[in-house]
Amino acid sequence: MAHSGINVLLEGDNFIRLLGGLWVTIKIAFTSLAFGLVLGVLLGVLRTFKNRLLRFVLRIYLEFFRVVPTVVLLFLFYYILPRQLNFNLPANELATFVFALWVAAEMSDIVRGALISVPKHQQESGKAIGLSRWQLYRYVLIPQAFSLELPATINLATRVIKTTSILMLISVMDVINIGQQVIEANNHTYPNGVFWVYGIIFLFYFLIDYPLSWWARRLEKKGLERENG
Amino acid sequence: MSWPIIQQSLPMFAKGFELTLWLSFIGILGSIIVGIVVSMVRLFKIPVLHQLASIYVEVSRNTPLLIQLFFLYYAFPVIGIKLGAELSGIIGLIFLGGSYMAEGFSGGFNGVPKSQVESGKAIGLSRFQLARFVIFPQGFSKSVPALAANIIFLIKETSIFTVIAIPELTNTALDLIGMYYRSNEYLFVLVVAYAIILIPLSVILTYLEKRVRYGTFGN
Repeated sequence: MAHSGINVLLEGDNFIRLLGGLWVTIKIAFTSLAFGLVLGVLLGVLRTFKNRLLRFVLRIYLEFFRVVPTVVLLFLFYYILPRQLNFNLPANELATFVFALWVAAEMSDIVRGALISVPKHQQESGKAIGLSRWQLYRYVLIPQAFSLELPATINLATRVIKTTSILMLISVMDVINIGQQVIEANNHTYPNGVFWVYGIIFLFYFLIDYPLSWWARRLEKKGLERENG
Repeated sequence: MSWPIIQQSLPMFAKGFELTLWLSFIGILGSIIVGIVVSMVRLFKIPVLHQLASIYVEVSRNTPLLIQLFFLYYAFPVIGIKLGAELSGIIGLIFLGGSYMAEGFSGGFNGVPKSQVESGKAIGLSRFQLARFVIFPQGFSKSVPALAANIIFLIKETSIFTVIAIPELTNTALDLIGMYYRSNEYLFVLVVAYAIILIPLSVILTYLEKRVRYGTFGN
């Protein structure tokens, strides 16, 4: 009977260990988001400038991170940084670093998209009253782009949280890795433990991501209502 | 970087390439079918099914594919359902992709301006006629960029199949690295292989986004 296995979660400190793993997951997700979003806004603004070379280089950066699956990105940095550049990082920090670069790439496209969606007359009015380029971005474009890009940014955050699940592949002690240890250690007493451990991890991810995507959806709806009445 | 090593690995990568394409194709096709069904159920607000569809979309979108696969592959046998690795992969991908496609279609349908829907009602169209002649023609074209983005997303997600040892591209590369310790060569081939699949799609996506943007903003 499958339901007899639920006790595996209450055995010893199994549940506390899973929560500890979850904390590692959350820490990596939010640290990489914090760094990645800041860098992404900067790159997104740069991508609206006229300089062709700059735009080309940033476009290549975006396309590379967009085309290569995140699992592969992770392994690229995992193998190449230490072997080619002699640059050793603990798995947690390496993961944060890779995720931050990935978030920055995705965010740069969101920011660019929002900036060019601000109505043209806003930009022209700003120029007409003599704002400098810095003032134009600071007081006109970025504040208006912010509300346009917020839902996409929250959705990006939910994607980052979900993608942390692949960190177990480079042996980060995240919630899934701990879960596998718990399953193996208790396999003898709880042969059905696998169902409950993966079940609770499933639930953990849902409980973190669902409120975020609910918020994003509400903002999107408001945006649509403003547009279409 | 040594070319002979790359050359020797190519037949194995070719197999992985084929499998990635095949699994992506089945997964995307299944996702589009599930997506259409779910978005119709939501559009027509069919009782009970409508609520079930919402629960499905939320669960599928807010959990990682990796844990969905673990559940299908490792936990389902406990309750007596044994799926092979590839079948688990395909079911997982369709479970995930179905909700993304449904959101893509729904997004397009909801993007049809209210004035259009109200005009349709005003000239006396039935609910079915409204969907057939007003919402679908405008909604589908609006949802095309989202669908294209989902296709790219789903192909990339097949790389996660490596965790249940399906010998697709990523798994092939990781296996070879594990056996011969030549990470540069194998990772290089791996990135090139994904680029061959995804760059053309990414170019098409950019073009489609421009087209739809042109239709909406005129610039």
